[in-house]
Amino acid sequence: MEANRISLVVLSDKREQLQMAAMIASVGAVSGADVLVFLSMNALRYFVKGAERRAPPEGPMGALMEQKKVLAFQDLFASAVELGGAKVHPCSMAIDVLEIKDGQLEDFIGEPMGLTQFLDVASQGQVWSF
Amino acid sequence: MADRKVVDARGSFCPGPLMELIAAMKMVEVGDEIEVLSSDKGSASEIPQWIKKVGHEYLGSVEEGGVWHVTVRRTK
Repeated sequence: MEANRISLVVLSDKREQLQMAAMIASVGAVSGADVLVFLSMNALRYFVKGAERRAPPEGPMGALMEQKKVLAFQDLFASAVELGGAKVHPCSMAIDVLEIKDGQLEDFIGEPMGLTQFLDVASQGQVWSF
Repeated sequence: MADRKVVDARGSFCPGPLMELIAAMKMVEVGDEIEVLSSDKGSASEIPQWIKKVGHEYLGSVEEGGVWHVTVRRTK
């Protein structure tokens, strides 16, 4: 197993989950890991341009992060890409179900990815799920 | 003589100050120093760990009035 590859499956629509995923992606990427983020299910809608960017809190920590204006998880994922070369891809199934068209997702997000490709990459290192 | 850049990350929470440092690191020359101002205590310990991991030079930290001044040097 390659310890320097981190794959994240991001499904949640809760602020705490999305924030932690973005923190691991960004710090992992700038620390030399090959980071792959796979966005699917209820998480994906927060990455559509012009859509609501604020995810609801799961508990008091999420509310506090909102109150203290902690950096948005979308911006952290963007930093992971820009500063650390992370790859962020939407799940092709979620793209189809949500009827998301080309160009509608944030610019730092790559092409839709299927599970076969994701699982192939994920088999080569750590996998985190949020 | 090496330049010194100040990154004011006060008010930003982990990993915000680290990410601001890394963005600044890409803008300075090898040998230059960067001083990060952070009101986030966690970042004051996170930054030296990152510096050690990636091989830059950690020059030290001081805390003044709730603000950590973390100074590093780009080495590569």
